[in-house]
Amino acid sequence: MVRVTTFEDVTVIVTESLSKRFPRVTALDRLSVDIGPGVTGLVGANGAGKSTLIKILLGLSPATEGRAEVLGLDVATKGAAIRERVGYMPEHDCLPPDVSATEFVVHMARMSGLPPAAARERTADTLRHVGLYEERYRPIGGYSTGMKQRVKLAQALVHDPRLVFLDEPTNGLDPVGRDEMLGLIRRIHTDFGISVLVTSHLLGELERTCDHVVVVDGGKLLRSSSTTDFTQTTTTLAIEVTDSDTHPDGTRAVREALHARGVDTQGEAGGLPGAGHILLLTATGDETYDLVRDAVADLGLGLVRMEQRRHHISEVFTSSDEQRKEAVGHGG
Amino acid sequence: MAVEHSPATPAGDRSRIHDIGYRGYDGPRLGRAYARRSLYSQSLRGAYGLGRSVKSKVLPMLLFAVMCVPAAIMVAVAVATKAHELPVAYTRYAIIMQAVISLYVASQAPQAVSRDLRFKTVPLYFSRPIETADYVRAKFAALASALFVLTATPLLVMYVGALLSKMGFAHQTEKFAQGLVSVALLSLFFAGIGLVIAAVTPRRGFGIAAVIAVMTISYGAVSTLQAIAFAQDSTGAIPWIGLFSPVTLIDGVQSAFLGGSSAFPGGTGPSGGEGAVYVVAVLSLIAACYGLLNRRYQKVGL
Ligand SMILES: Nc1ncnc2c1ncn2[C@@H]1O[C@H](COP(=O)(O)OP(=O)(O)O)[C@@H](O)[C@H]1O
Ligand SMILES: [Mg+2]
Repeated sequence: MVRVTTFEDVTVIVTESLSKRFPRVTALDRLSVDIGPGVTGLVGANGAGKSTLIKILLGLSPATEGRAEVLGLDVATKGAAIRERVGYMPEHDCLPPDVSATEFVVHMARMSGLPPAAARERTADTLRHVGLYEERYRPIGGYSTGMKQRVKLAQALVHDPRLVFLDEPTNGLDPVGRDEMLGLIRRIHTDFGISVLVTSHLLGELERTCDHVVVVDGGKLLRSSSTTDFTQTTTTLAIEVTDSDTHPDGTRAVREALHARGVDTQGEAGGLPGAGHILLLTATGDETYDLVRDAVADLGLGLVRMEQRRHHISEVFTSSDEQRKEAVGHGG
Repeated sequence: MAVEHSPATPAGDRSRIHDIGYRGYDGPRLGRAYARRSLYSQSLRGAYGLGRSVKSKVLPMLLFAVMCVPAAIMVAVAVATKAHELPVAYTRYAIIMQAVISLYVASQAPQAVSRDLRFKTVPLYFSRPIETADYVRAKFAALASALFVLTATPLLVMYVGALLSKMGFAHQTEKFAQGLVSVALLSLFFAGIGLVIAAVTPRRGFGIAAVIAVMTISYGAVSTLQAIAFAQDSTGAIPWIGLFSPVTLIDGVQSAFLGGSSAFPGGTGPSGGEGAVYVVAVLSLIAACYGLLNRRYQKVGL
């Protein structure tokens, strides 16, 4: 019963041979892609053209050639109508330090066309949904990076858009903040019924969050597929545990316990300091996480870290040539 | 799971909806003109520090008071002495107080536009239904209105005082109206200059200094040159020199067309023909400022 986010059955975003050339660089090179409702990740290294694509889709920067539609509206002619129904969270800082989150978001809601009373009400709701409570009355200048990211997200959601563009929302966040932000992004779709296009230069973090991932490189489409396709190509889990009196080498104890349960592990390669304490294993689904947690708990050890190894985007590029050809074929 | 809390949930579940559920918005979206008006009123209030910190209220409020106090004193004296004429003409008041007005422009133009540039809030505005021109018009109109409040309020004080001390109603009304036209023009003109300078100097300190330089120093320089020309008996040059500072431009326009007496040396403002040049100069500078601002923000984009 999640709200359908297509607009009169039109795909949420369509681009056809979309190009953007700056005097020195081609930021987008004949990009053709269809994006449906749900959470879509747009992944690419820095300079791949992600932010440029978002600016074109908001109707703020004209494409050099090709065309694009957002919610069935042509970006070249219907920019204002698109921006009324779309939210945008920029990658850079954009918050004035001397006003409170409430004042700022109310103002932005009005800039989106909400009447004053509705703007206040929606602001209170939205700030609560992104997890800002008492602090919302204090000047933004005193907020942590994580809180600022939440305010940026709130201003993108306050007018209840059908679609939001989130440009590198996890940038600058610590691992915990990152996970919270990713959880929030997931909820934007599942709970709020708003479609999401989220960019990142890390493929790993988007795999878990997105229904669909589009990979761009040098402005070209490299791959566009649902995340189930991606996760088939294994997810690596890194874990680190404490030692205890009963298990002076906690890492080894866990390795043995996991072997006993039929899970293979490897040590961290590279010989970095502390690498010997990190175990890598292949996750096959949620049950792997449970299994690890139980194994560690049974031994009475503490779990220092359990994280998905982020595949840097370069891994996609250096993966088998086979895959690469397939990707290019898909894009062409 | 989440679907249980969606707005479509049957009435039985309402309390839980209130707790954690997401409520959509189906109300009106008032669009571009409304957004522009909202930005205008927020910026106008901001120009007097309203809705901002106590610290940012101090200077604009102080300058406002400084603008009004001399008018109030004049009125009090005129009433007490039963004078038949106010000691200062409506059109002269802003010229006499030009330093205060310049200081106001120098402090508020940067706060109106540089903050959005410095903190990179501009892209958020342009991700809304408004266009560049809406942003520029809202900011321009807001600062011009703020300046009009600053410059017209003392005139209103003088007018009310004049009527209270029974100076001729028709005559006072005519002069007051001319004064209002003059400060309206001044407000548009000074707002344009201040905003253009502030929009190209995102560092606030520089913005303030640059506005003061353009407004006050140019006035000082032009007045000095005019005095020299007067001393050397080349009075023909005086009106032409006056074209090179904002304050003397306004002075020239009003002494040619709005019944003002000129503050130029010798008290002779531009003649009718020269005055027309002044009007054209002021109007085209206002238009140029508007054009430059639009170009500046076109470039900022996202
Ligand atoms: N306004 C601009 N003028 C010139 N080049 C630009 C401009 N904006 C982006 N670029 C260039 O276009 C390329 C893509 O940039 P961008 O879309 O910001 O990449 P990403 O967001 O994926 O990091 C980069 O090489 C960048 O330098
Ligand atoms: Mg970017």
